[in-house]
Amino acid sequence: MDHYTMNLTLKVWKQKNKSERGHFETYQVTDISSEMSFLEMFDVLNEKLIEENREPIAFDHDCREGICGMCSMYINGRPHGPWHGTTTCQLHMRAFKDGDTVVVEPWRANAFPVIKDLIVDRHAFDRIIQAGGYISVNTGNAVDGNAIPVEKEKADQSFAAAACIGCGACVAACKNSSAMLFVSAKVAHLALLPQGAPEKKSRVLNMVEQMDKEGFGSCTMTEACEAVCPKEISVDYIARLNKEYLSAASLIDK
Amino acid sequence: MLDSKIPEGPLENKWSNYKGHVKLVNPANKRKLEIIVVGTGLAGASAAASLGELGYRVKAFCFQDSPRRAHSIAAQGGINAAKNYQNDGDSVFRLFYDTIKGGDYRSRESNTHRLAEVSVNIIDQCVAQGVPFAREYSGLLNNRSFGGVQVKRTFYAAGQTGQQLLIGAYQALERQVALGNVTMYTRHEMLDVVIIDGKARGIICRNLVTGELERHFGHSVLLCTGGYGNVFYLSTNAMGCNVTAAWKAHKKGAFFANPCFTQIHPTCIPVTGDHQSKLTLMSESLRNDGRIWVPKKQNDTRKANDIPEEERDYYLERRYPAYGNLVPRDVASRAAKERCDAGYGVGTTKQAVYLDFRYNLINKYGRAEASKHGIENPDMETLVRLGKEVVKEEYGNLFDMYEKITGENPYEVPMRIYPAVHYTMGGLWVDYELMTSVKGLYALGECNFSDHGANRLGASALMQGLADGYFVIPYTIGNYLADEISVKPIPTTHEAFEAAENAVRERISSLMNIKGNQSVESFHKRLGKIMWNKCGMSRNAKNLNEAIQEIRSLKKEFWNEVRIPGDINEMNPELDKASRVADFIELGELICIDALERAESCGGHFREESQTEEGEALRHDDQFLHVAAWEYNGEHNWKLNKEELEFELAKPTQRNYK
Ligand SMILES: Cc1cc2nc3c(=O)[nH]c(=O)nc-3n(C[C@H](O)[C@H](O)[C@H](O)COP(=O)(O)OP(=O)(O)OC[C@H]3O[C@@H](n4cnc5c(N)ncnc54)[C@H](O)[C@@H]3O)c2cc1C
Ligand code: SF4
Ligand code: FES
Repeated sequence: MDHYTMNLTLKVWKQKNKSERGHFETYQVTDISSEMSFLEMFDVLNEKLIEENREPIAFDHDCREGICGMCSMYINGRPHGPWHGTTTCQLHMRAFKDGDTVVVEPWRANAFPVIKDLIVDRHAFDRIIQAGGYISVNTGNAVDGNAIPVEKEKADQSFAAAACIGCGACVAACKNSSAMLFVSAKVAHLALLPQGAPEKKSRVLNMVEQMDKEGFGSCTMTEACEAVCPKEISVDYIARLNKEYLSAASLIDK
Repeated sequence: MLDSKIPEGPLENKWSNYKGHVKLVNPANKRKLEIIVVGTGLAGASAAASLGELGYRVKAFCFQDSPRRAHSIAAQGGINAAKNYQNDGDSVFRLFYDTIKGGDYRSRESNTHRLAEVSVNIIDQCVAQGVPFAREYSGLLNNRSFGGVQVKRTFYAAGQTGQQLLIGAYQALERQVALGNVTMYTRHEMLDVVIIDGKARGIICRNLVTGELERHFGHSVLLCTGGYGNVFYLSTNAMGCNVTAAWKAHKKGAFFANPCFTQIHPTCIPVTGDHQSKLTLMSESLRNDGRIWVPKKQNDTRKANDIPEEERDYYLERRYPAYGNLVPRDVASRAAKERCDAGYGVGTTKQAVYLDFRYNLINKYGRAEASKHGIENPDMETLVRLGKEVVKEEYGNLFDMYEKITGENPYEVPMRIYPAVHYTMGGLWVDYELMTSVKGLYALGECNFSDHGANRLGASALMQGLADGYFVIPYTIGNYLADEISVKPIPTTHEAFEAAENAVRERISSLMNIKGNQSVESFHKRLGKIMWNKCGMSRNAKNLNEAIQEIRSLKKEFWNEVRIPGDINEMNPELDKASRVADFIELGELICIDALERAESCGGHFREESQTEEGEALRHDDQFLHVAAWEYNGEHNWKLNKEELEFELAKPTQRNYK
């Protein structure tokens, strides 16, 4: 692999807090190595800003391994940037070339208010889980693990859905700011397992109701979510959710 | 002094005896008791959920925006349990013994035995929660082997085991939040413990969004705040991992045990330059099929694939014919360092060795597949194609991650790897009940010292975190709280809360008022360099003494020179980081003091003065068969308390992998 260095122009969203209005600010960065990660490029920029006695840019990150779901930058019009199936923290600078201009914004959705600069509030996702994204089993109630066999294919599908990292890129990519991909992944993860079956109906109804309450838009199946999802969660789960929702809704006459 | 409260009776009956006699709190009284849980990774989320289910009133805290993002999420390989589903001779006793031996006989037998006992319940619990573990075609749970042990007892979910376990615990926790039993505070950082009449009664924390300080009361406080590997700056830990909560507790009287026991993992993606912010692990499971080598010639600049077979040095296979590439982590790490220091390293920085899959890809998998498909005398191209398919199924996600980071395709060229800081066995000293030396203050998960001695075996940290949270603390905490039922919640206007909050406020404003010229990051990097160079993979008295002096002057410089932009009463990630780095600097000094004091080699702690003729670690059981529990007595001043280790079943012997 040949390495190179580059100079870039960055246009980054700055916003002091929830209530103040934000704006774009332009920065120049120089001598960026193609071996750096995108967030390391931001580290370099922040170090420079601190040295110049200016405010660094606030952004969310933690694992930097593509698994915690914390990082969340909208890069050149795409959540998590240009690479397919990749989180912001796993994006590397060899995706860019000398002289490029890179525009970086936070997730934009009513249900994800900006807290500062590139950091948004994603509590809505936790509240959707609280509405039913679990199996109601207390510690100590379990039977032997092998007493509940699960068809391998179903277990694998359930795992593929459970791979969702709750980053919210699906919402950020959707013109309606719908959270359907996230919700459907959780519904599928649990409904595909025998352990999750007893609560199948109430789960889907309650989670969808909470999603609506949080102010996420409705799903019009544009599939923009699937295209940007770093864990490649499939929109097939949305179709599954719809089916489950309809059958649950028609059975419950509350 | 140090009462480890180990129950009476033979080792295998201790836990059941304990449970049979422990004090209980009745359901009505549980409602009146408040518990603070700091940290909601595997240990904290499982504890908070289980205690909420029991009816206690729980307040839980984490610094990320959601409990689902704790560092536990990043664990790859798997979780051990003595289920013996494979019928290969596993048992609670074997898991116990492997863990004690893997820890080089520096852990407490009774705790480790209990860990092995409850391991089986963990798997059941996780399955019931819907954790999608890997399964066989029969629909039953699958296992893989791990870290040199002779049985297959590791349960896993592809390379995302930690993620799946944490999501299970997170969902159980959110259910308790929905039921009103747990109140969750995210983006909150604990900055002090409040102690009243010798008992932990609450915490002071900072709301990381508004910058406000808050006071919270609890009848008891649980710290589940993870490990301190980031004291080395570069590690496989998440960026936010820190020692702050444990350190504050330490300064308020909790002893810190075996701080120098840190684990360096042999297979991580190497450093590329000064911009490096963290290191990425390549799971231990890769050593099943990857062969480690360096060129036989020093400073060889040829490409890996241009170096012929006979000019490669498979140094692990050469030095340790019995275990080969599967020697324990500490041994593999030191051997890589030895080769690189001697000038045989590869890559641009020369600080890397090769992990090469080609041999097994062709000879193990390619040939087996060819024979399955009935292909006789397959050519090289066919072998490579068939072998690749299998390797992809086994390790695909790791290979992809490697390629994203390095831009190199590990199916074609060997991976370049180098050891990196990964885990910390040391931590807050706890007794059998997981209580620290401060009454009512508990430590669970990686932040305590209890189960792994001087070296942790693969797939046992997840096990320990969940054991502590689901199955140990729900019993042991009752033994303490049973005597607290008459204690009314103490108003947070109490002078102890007042004083603790003021001290935190003053510390923050002194940090902000330094207004120096150097960034927080630059200090953290310098601390990391000192630690890595002088208290890393191999240690000696001269270097440790120097490191102690260097860290002391670094501390002075930090408190005179650091520059923190922004304000106190707003979201300020630089301020958060500064407060953590200040604690890391103090911890760094204690780590070196502990490493100096322990003049023996054991597990991950290698003292150059204490080695065999072949350069292997040499323990001194006559002098160091103890836990070193350090008591804070003011700046630069610690008192050593020793907990002697008694072995009833295990027989300490020198480890040999030749
Ligand atoms: C890359 C990697 C792979 C691994 N793979 C494996 C594996 O395959 N098998 C295995 O057994 N182990 C593995 N480990 C080790 C294992 O993941 C950890 O030891 C374990 O997950 C730690 O869990 P924990 O609950 O103790 O802490 P963590 O998960 O680190 O959680 C700490 C919690 O404390 C909170 N916190 C910290 N400080 C504060 C504060 N001051 N105020 C408020 N909250 C705070 C955090 O927000 C977080 O919620 C791996 C580790 C790494 C780095
Ligand atoms: S579905 Fe994909 S994009 Fe949406 S939250 Fe989950 S991982 Fe992120
Ligand atoms: S920082 Fe964890 S997924 Fe990017």
